[in-house]
Amino acid sequence: MNRDKILLSHGSGGKRSTDLIQNLFFNYFDNKILISGGDSAILNIQTNNLAFTTDSFVVDPLFFPGGDIGKLAVCGTVNDLAVSGAVPKYLSVGFIIEEGLEFDVLEKLVKSIAETAKTANVKIVTGDTKVVNRGKCDKLFINTSGIGELDSKFKKISSGEKIQPGDKILINGFIADHGIAVMSARNELKVQADVQSDCAPLNGLIGEVLAISENVKFMRDATRGGLATVLAEIVKNRNFGIHLIEEKIPVRESVRGMCEFFGFDPLYVANEGKVVMIVSDNDAEKVLEKLQKNEFGKEAQIVGEVVNEHSGKVVLQTQIGGKRIIDMLLGDQLPRIC
Amino acid sequence: MEVCGGHTVAIRKFGIPELLPSTIKLLSGPGCPVCVTGKSFIDKAIKLSKIPETIITTYGDLMRVPGSSSTLENERANGAEIRMVYSPLDSIEIAKEYPSKKIFFPGIGFETTSPATAVTVLQAKKEKLDNFFLLSAHKIMPPAMEMLIDDEVQIDGYICPGHVSTITGSGIYNGIVENFGLGCVITGFEPVDLLQGILMLVKQFESGNPKVEIQYKRAVKAVGNIKALKLLDEVFELKDDWWRGLGNVPKSGLKLKTEFKKFDAELNFQLNLPEPKEEKGCICGEILKGLKLPSDCKMFGKICTPENPVGACMVSTEGSCQAFYKYQL
Amino acid sequence: MCLSIPAKIVSINGEKARVSLGGAEYNAALNLVEHAKIGDYVLLHSGFAIQIIDEKEAMETMQLLNEVIKKEKENE
Repeated sequence: MNRDKILLSHGSGGKRSTDLIQNLFFNYFDNKILISGGDSAILNIQTNNLAFTTDSFVVDPLFFPGGDIGKLAVCGTVNDLAVSGAVPKYLSVGFIIEEGLEFDVLEKLVKSIAETAKTANVKIVTGDTKVVNRGKCDKLFINTSGIGELDSKFKKISSGEKIQPGDKILINGFIADHGIAVMSARNELKVQADVQSDCAPLNGLIGEVLAISENVKFMRDATRGGLATVLAEIVKNRNFGIHLIEEKIPVRESVRGMCEFFGFDPLYVANEGKVVMIVSDNDAEKVLEKLQKNEFGKEAQIVGEVVNEHSGKVVLQTQIGGKRIIDMLLGDQLPRIC
Repeated sequence: MEVCGGHTVAIRKFGIPELLPSTIKLLSGPGCPVCVTGKSFIDKAIKLSKIPETIITTYGDLMRVPGSSSTLENERANGAEIRMVYSPLDSIEIAKEYPSKKIFFPGIGFETTSPATAVTVLQAKKEKLDNFFLLSAHKIMPPAMEMLIDDEVQIDGYICPGHVSTITGSGIYNGIVENFGLGCVITGFEPVDLLQGILMLVKQFESGNPKVEIQYKRAVKAVGNIKALKLLDEVFELKDDWWRGLGNVPKSGLKLKTEFKKFDAELNFQLNLPEPKEEKGCICGEILKGLKLPSDCKMFGKICTPENPVGACMVSTEGSCQAFYKYQL
Repeated sequence: MCLSIPAKIVSINGEKARVSLGGAEYNAALNLVEHAKIGDYVLLHSGFAIQIIDEKEAMETMQLLNEVIKKEKENE
């Protein structure tokens, strides 16, 4: 097999394609369902409720401190399933590769996907590869879709229909790490910080929480748009508001520094290993304790609560006791000097 | 009244108005350089971007500002080469890297930012560059501040811009105290700075003793930054300039001195573009002067939003209307 | 135009200084200040140091801020 660069023929379905699939993908994603090699993966599902999600990953650069596009592709989909209350089981992976991508780069990423899937205890059971002409995509795009098994008692979590005033808002650790790590790696504006992406599979953490509490009212992963966007979306058109306490929200000093350089608000910067949970007042402390005992939740905090006042709005209490509204993001934050 | 976009945002961001007694009202003046620069500036930058083999290097602040029909962000999506920079000096590096391309830098900002542009132009001269050009919309604050008073806006004191003053020093506000009897306190941007600055103004007002004071002592010296002022003087001269919302403000704009004319985009390229008329019903002019609040505008939050800004004040994150929209309870 | 941030000079190389803001680092231009030295805090704006921050004054403001935060906590 040509171990130098990926060529158009690697995606054309011929011998080169088969070589790639057998020697690279099957090698790393080793499981019976995949290896059986049918056009479809035949799965045995034990539940009445399936959670199903898809996501595409186009991050640049492909490798960044704390992760890469492969790890991201697994975590993104696993987390979308996990925050819905489902147990993630099976993933598909679709690659769109730009002709000329170094084979070593692809292998590193495939290895990363395999390792992350193992950590997350999910199987890659089916996939697809296309190679496009140079210039038709930016090095590599990945799509992952995933299936998870959902117990009926957790169905309420996605919609947040049971949220009520008094419920507490929790986050499992430092925010804005991922967005800042990627910005730093891109180095377009020549500012650098030693920050790692928080990219991580959260299904283990979430599973532990759901095992000790039936009062998790809502979960969402705080990806693009950050913590603020998740909260602003959830209060929209609802008859409750959210009160957020600025000093409780965990932000690393170096991340704060980078955000200050660019005029970014960390509340709106992307995360890839953060889940926002809304939990009943009674269970909030024990959920917090459970989170803090897990490697992906050590810096978890209760950052606010659901309130009767200012329905449909998120209000932040600032460090000096002032108040301001947190609204949804318009587009990506742009660096500013002004 | 504050006349600094940074103050506009900081006051809203920290929720200062809610902490003050109802007897103190904070007005937001024309402190946002993006907001007071006409749409024709963006139109000119876009026109330049369409010249073959050009790169526009710009601060992120300008990317989404609407011109009469497009934005730099849109043009980039349409294939124009537009790059964001943090420092104008990055434009010099890019100009050296691409000697066959023309590099245009739209320079915007008040006295805080203009010295950086001055250094950049001097560097371009030092390196004998033929392919770097400045499109200047730089302005200075004091003429606009005095014009606001002339227009009988009800102001009892000025929260003066902290970082403009770092460069200019405190003397530029003496005219306001002497001629109009209004207190001027140069204030920083942390919540405690703002509260202390407001307190100092209140004390001045109550004692009937208006003067220029510096609250932001850690960053502002009375003499300002002499080195920066010298560089500004070396490179720029004053011209009359048109401020969106205020109209023509005499001797308030900065243009390159004759010896730097080879770097002046306006002189070297055909850029006579008319300033589009403001939308009917837009009361930005009155808001910029502090006569009305954003919420007084019929279009605010309905037709005119941060996603679709109609008037100047909604355009940038520092504009009164956008800050009000984003942060106001 | 007021997004200027205080950053600490960690090293100097001719007319440029490596500055750090809580661990985020940048090569700032020193053309607009005089006698900057390692350990100084500078105000950074559009890639330039525009002022060396007076440490004594900065400490006084920090103290005031801490008092406000403390009072706020007591009021809760």
